[in-house]
Amino acid sequence: MSEIKVKDKDIVVPGEELADGMDFIPSGAAFRENEKIYANRIGLAQIEGRVIKIIPLAGKYNPERNDMVIGKVVDILMSGWRVDLLSPYDAVLNIRDAFDRYIRKGEDLTKYLQIGDWLTAKITNVTSQKLVDLTTKGHNLGKLQPGRIMKISPFKVPRVIGKKGSMMKMIQSATGCKITVGQNGVIWISGQPEKEILGYETIKKIDEEAHTSGLTERIKQMLEKETGKKLEEKGDQR
Amino acid sequence: MSYDKRLDGRDFDELREMDASVGVIPRADGSAFFRMGGTSAYAAVYGPRQTHPRFLQDPAKGVLRCHYAMMPFSGAGDRVRPGPSRRAKEISMVTTNALLPVIDLHAFPNAIVDVFISLPQTDAGSRCAGICAAALALADAGVPMNDMIGAVAVGRVDDKIVMDLCYDEEAYKDGPVADIPVAMNHRTKGITLLQMDGEISKDMLMKALEKVKKAMDKIHEKQVNALKDKFKEAKAEEKPEKK
Repeated sequence: MSEIKVKDKDIVVPGEELADGMDFIPSGAAFRENEKIYANRIGLAQIEGRVIKIIPLAGKYNPERNDMVIGKVVDILMSGWRVDLLSPYDAVLNIRDAFDRYIRKGEDLTKYLQIGDWLTAKITNVTSQKLVDLTTKGHNLGKLQPGRIMKISPFKVPRVIGKKGSMMKMIQSATGCKITVGQNGVIWISGQPEKEILGYETIKKIDEEAHTSGLTERIKQMLEKETGKKLEEKGDQR
Repeated sequence: MSYDKRLDGRDFDELREMDASVGVIPRADGSAFFRMGGTSAYAAVYGPRQTHPRFLQDPAKGVLRCHYAMMPFSGAGDRVRPGPSRRAKEISMVTTNALLPVIDLHAFPNAIVDVFISLPQTDAGSRCAGICAAALALADAGVPMNDMIGAVAVGRVDDKIVMDLCYDEEAYKDGPVADIPVAMNHRTKGITLLQMDGEISKDMLMKALEKVKKAMDKIHEKQVNALKDKFKEAKAEEKPEKK
């Protein structure tokens, strides 16, 4: 007989028993030991049919393939750039993945990207040893224009984006800023200086209150109060 | 002569009053406070992050590095000299070894997790309080670990087995004393730390270790409550959200 020991969306701590029996399948941060399934980090239990998963509530960003991230150039290599992703592991952006135009071997790479530049990139590959490859070829990728960089917990990124990007659309239309959110929790905001600050404050609020209900509504009220403009209703729907 | 009544009036199996909380140091990736009677410990976790110095780096698995330090004013009156003394180095090492069996090092190859334990006030059992705090802080930091670790001292004072000795008991003059710090994981009660100062018979040691298992459950309960309290909001609010 298989039995489930936690409810969907329960907080679980490392070593907590999630289920007993072979009818359930552990996934992600859940693992099986003998007949039982346990949690291996702090998070919310998620039960989808027979699969038991854990949504982590804390931790560092773990680079994954196809993630869109924002990083900072920290070093210049022989054939590319080293990029800090605010993760335990740095990424490498190779010349041939960076620009469409031909760059000669031995050319001065600081002409293209300097140490300290911020860029948006997509992760093309992550090895077992956590070597990370990036590309900046693609829509909205590449060196970032002047703006404001802020950092939040990578696990709160989904709330900042909202359902189908609703939260992001709302903030962008209220502030008139261009905002890019990286999966690693780095956010770039660019617009009028005061509006940038408003965007910054709004996202900070979302980061702090990511788990409270009715957040979208409160953020909407906050933005309406600050800008003195009425926001369209559609941002709030799913 | 027999030791009939404990110096601080507790039952022989009774632990000192415990306090636990997590997230007490906002700048750290994970942090915790754990108090056991007159012994308080703070633990802060940083990482996983890049390994420095580089020769510690291991491509096959991550590294756990613990640092134990009593604060200068934490003793019974004499200033504790800061810095790695022989004692502090030893405790740092046994703390690392006590925590290692539950940490999933393979989840962060080449990286390191740093645990800094500081004790603002001590009254015996400081390595145990340190380990309890460190386990909490690691969980709070989201470091993958397959179980929780708890630690407590057990011992004998004269003819009695006593739990969680305070300093006055450790220094008991009228009979033999043994002080045995023990750390165990929660699920299987596997021993990850076992040291002893003093003397004890084999029988008494086995009985003492049995008693530790019961005490461990109380410590674990305290730890779990502290962790869940921090994230409680997350639970209450997430539910209606995802209807």
